[in-house]
Amino acid sequence: MAEYRLEMLGISKSFPGVKALDKINLKVRPGTVHALMGENGAGKSTLMKCLFGIYHRDEGEVYLDGEKVEIHNPDEALQKGLAMVHQELQPIPERTVAENMYAGRYPVKHFGPLQVVDHKKMFEETAKWLDDVKMPYNPKAKLGTMSIAQMQSVEIAKAVSLQARVVILDEPTSSLTDNEVEALFRIIRDLKARGVSLIYISHKMAEIREISDDITIMRDGTYVGTWAMDEISDDEIVKQMVGRELTNIYPPKNDAETGEVLLDVQGYSSIHPRSFQDCSFQLRRGEILGFGGLVGAQRTELMEAIFGMRHISSGQVFIRGKKTRIRRPQDAIRGGIGMITEDRRGTGILGCLSIADNVSISSLDQYVDLGVKLNKGKIEQLVKDNVAKLSIKTPSSKTLIQSLSGGNQQKVLISRWLANNPDILIMDEPTRGIDVGAKYEIYQIMIDLAKQGKGIIMISSEMPELIGMSNRILVMCNGHITGEVQGDEATQERIMSYATQF
Amino acid sequence: MNSKKVNVADTKGANANEVVTVGKTRMNVVDLLINNGIVILILIMVLWVGITKDNFFSMSNFNNISINVACRFIIAVGVSGCLITKGTDLSAGRAVGLSACIAGTLLQRADYSGRFELTQNFPELNVWLILLVCIAICCVFGLINGVVVSYLSVPAFIGTLGMQMIIYGINLVYTKSVPLGGYRTDYTVIANGKLFGLLPYLFIIAIVIGVFMWFIYNYTRHGKYMYAIGGNEAAAEVAGVNVKRTKIIIYVSAAALYAIAGFLLGAKSGGAGVNTGSGYELEAIAACTIGGVSVNGGIGRVSGIVIGVLVFELLKTCLQFLGIDPNYQYIAQGIVIVVAIALDIRKYIAKK
Repeated sequence: MAEYRLEMLGISKSFPGVKALDKINLKVRPGTVHALMGENGAGKSTLMKCLFGIYHRDEGEVYLDGEKVEIHNPDEALQKGLAMVHQELQPIPERTVAENMYAGRYPVKHFGPLQVVDHKKMFEETAKWLDDVKMPYNPKAKLGTMSIAQMQSVEIAKAVSLQARVVILDEPTSSLTDNEVEALFRIIRDLKARGVSLIYISHKMAEIREISDDITIMRDGTYVGTWAMDEISDDEIVKQMVGRELTNIYPPKNDAETGEVLLDVQGYSSIHPRSFQDCSFQLRRGEILGFGGLVGAQRTELMEAIFGMRHISSGQVFIRGKKTRIRRPQDAIRGGIGMITEDRRGTGILGCLSIADNVSISSLDQYVDLGVKLNKGKIEQLVKDNVAKLSIKTPSSKTLIQSLSGGNQQKVLISRWLANNPDILIMDEPTRGIDVGAKYEIYQIMIDLAKQGKGIIMISSEMPELIGMSNRILVMCNGHITGEVQGDEATQERIMSYATQF
Repeated sequence: MNSKKVNVADTKGANANEVVTVGKTRMNVVDLLINNGIVILILIMVLWVGITKDNFFSMSNFNNISINVACRFIIAVGVSGCLITKGTDLSAGRAVGLSACIAGTLLQRADYSGRFELTQNFPELNVWLILLVCIAICCVFGLINGVVVSYLSVPAFIGTLGMQMIIYGINLVYTKSVPLGGYRTDYTVIANGKLFGLLPYLFIIAIVIGVFMWFIYNYTRHGKYMYAIGGNEAAAEVAGVNVKRTKIIIYVSAAALYAIAGFLLGAKSGGAGVNTGSGYELEAIAACTIGGVSVNGGIGRVSGIVIGVLVFELLKTCLQFLGIDPNYQYIAQGIVIVVAIALDIRKYIAKK
C-alpha cells in the first residue's frame, strides 16, 4: 500500500492577471483527517476545484494510492473515489433523500425492453447507507425539509455509498450547532476507522485541533508547509497562515474628528426571523465604520436591506437627520447612498458593457442635453477623470469591464459611485479576490473619501483589514449587533469574542 | 499632472493591447469567418444568383426586396429591445395582424361592396388618425406584456405566448374571420408610392424608424438602461436603474412598432385577414439573432438587425429566383436559423 492515499504535487494554476496556485503540495495519509488551512483567498477552494477537474491545472501531478490519475470532471473524480461535501450544498430540495443520493445512478430494473427506476431497491439501499453512518433518516423525506446538518450527512452517506477513498469537507460546520458538529465529528471518526481519508477545510482552530491528524497551510496561493497536528501550536499555525507583518500594509487612518451623523439606522429587522433583527447604529461624516463577524452573521443582509435590496419588517433610516423610506436601491441612491456589493459578478459589474457604461450608468441623469440626448463628450470626460484618479488600468474606456482584473473592476465600481457623489458609501468585502497591490490602492481611496467628509461602511471578514482600516468596528453575530470596538482598541480577540456570543 | 497620468496609462494599455492582438491575429481571422459565417454565405449566394439569373440586380427587384425588408425590419427592431433585456415577445406577429385588421376595417373605400359590417357606416377618417388608433390599441397589449413580465415576474416567453393567443382571439372576435380588402388609395399609396418615383415610401419609413431607434439605443438613458438590464439585471437594479419601468417602456414601444408594421403591411398587400402576421415574431427573433442580438441579453445593435433582416429576405428571394420548391425553402430557412443561433452561442461560450 502506498504511503499516501492522495498526493497532489506541484499544482499551479493561473487566472488572467493572477497566479491563484503556485506549486502546491498536498499529501494525505490513509485513514486520517488532513486539515487544509489558509486565509480567505489563499487558494484552498481553487486547489480542490483543480483536484475535481472543475478547473484545469496548469502544471502538477495527482496520485491516488500511488497511481497517477488524470481527472477531467467531478463525475470522474467520483468514480475514482473522490467525494466532496460542498460549503454550499447543491442538493435538489424538491426530491427525496434517496433520489438525491442516487441522482445520476438510479438502480434500475427491467420490464422487458424497458429500463425503469427500481424505487424499492433505491429506498432500501439508501436506508442501509444512512444507517451505516448512524443517521437513520427517512429515505422518502424531501431533502428540502431537512436541516443543513442532515443534508450534510446525506452527502456524506452518499460518499460512503460510492466507496469514496477521499472525502473533502469544505467548511462543513459553518452553519451547524454544537450538537450537530458533535454528530458530524462522530461520522468523521467512523469514516477514519474504515480507512477513509478526509480533507477538512475550515477556519475554526478548535475544531481543527480536535479532529485533524495532519495540517497543510497555504498562503496567497503558495504552499507553506505540512505538519503533524501535535507538533504545531495554534500560534504557530496563525503565524504561518498570515506569514507577513501586519503593520503598515494599511494607509494611515483619517485622524480628524468625525462630523455630523450621516446615517442613523434604528431597529432594522428582516422579514426573515433568522436574519438580522433589531439592528441600530449610526455613521458619521469622515468615518470608516467596520462591520465584523463570522460568515452568516447577516452583515451583508443588513446592508442590502438598508440599500433597499431586501425587505424589512420594521425599522427606520434617517439620512442626515431626515427620515427616509428606502424600498428599492433607487430610493437609497436618491438619499445619497452608494453600495459596492459583495458579489461583484452577480450584482456589481455589467459584464458585457464597456467601462464607460459601467462608470456612468448611475449618474446618467447629469449628462442629458435637451432632456433626452446623452452628452457623450461629458461622459467620456467623466470616465477619463476617474480612470486617471483611481489609476484604473485599461486599454480604453470602450473595453468591456469583464476583461479587467478584479481590482480594476472594483475601482470601476467605486468610480461609478464617485460620479454620483454619495455621502454614504457601503462597501461589502471591498477587497475580496483582489491582489495585494490593488488592495492598498483601494484602501487609499477609502481613506481619501473619508477625509473628504464621506461616511463609509465596510464589511470585512478579514480581521486585519477590519482593524487596520476602521475608525470604529461593530460586530455582528446571528443577526444581532453584539458589540462595538473603537478602532485603536481593536484586537482580534475582542472582535472574536463578540462575534461568537451566541 | 492629471493629464500626464492619463497619457502614461493610455500608452501602456495600448501597448499591452497591441501585443495581444498581434499574437491572436490568425485566430481572429478564423473567428471572424465563423462568427459571420451566415452573412458571408448569403453574400456569396446573392452574387451567384445575381450573376447567373437575369433581373436579380434590377431596380424592380431592389424595390421589391426593400419593401419586404421594411416591414420585417420594423417588427424585428421592436422585438430586439425585448431580446436585449433577456426577454422575448411572441405576441409580435399577432399584434401585427390585429393592427392590419383594424386599419383594414377602418380604411375601406366607401363604394366597396364587401365593406366590413361594423364600420360600414363610418365616415371617411384621416389615414394618420387610424394609424394612431392602431398604435394606441397595440400599446395597451404591450403595456400588459410589460407589466406581466416586470411586476408579475412571469417569464417573457410564457407571458407573451399567452398574449399571442389573446390578441389572436380578439382579432377573430372582431373580424369574424372575414378577409378584408377594397382599401382607399390614400392608404395603399403609403406602401406602394415612391418618393420622386424612385424610392418606395416604405423604404424611407423604415430608415426613419431605424435611425430613430438607433438614437434611442445609443444616445438616451433608456437605451443605456436597456443594455444594462440585459447585461446583468440584478447589478442594474443595484446601480439604480428602474428595471421595471424600463422593461415596460420596451414592451410598449415594441407594440407601437408592431402596430406601425401591421398598418404598413396592410397597405402593402392591399388586404388583411386574421392570419396576417402569423409567425412573424419568430422570423423577427431569428433575424435579430442572425444580426448579432445575443439571446443571452445585453448585446445587439440596430445595424446588426438591418443585416439580419436583409440576410433573411435575401435568402428567401435567392431561393425563389433559383426556382426552389417553396416547401424546401422552409427547410433552408430553418437551417439558417439554427446555424445562426449556434454560432451566436459559440461566441458566448468562447468567452469563458
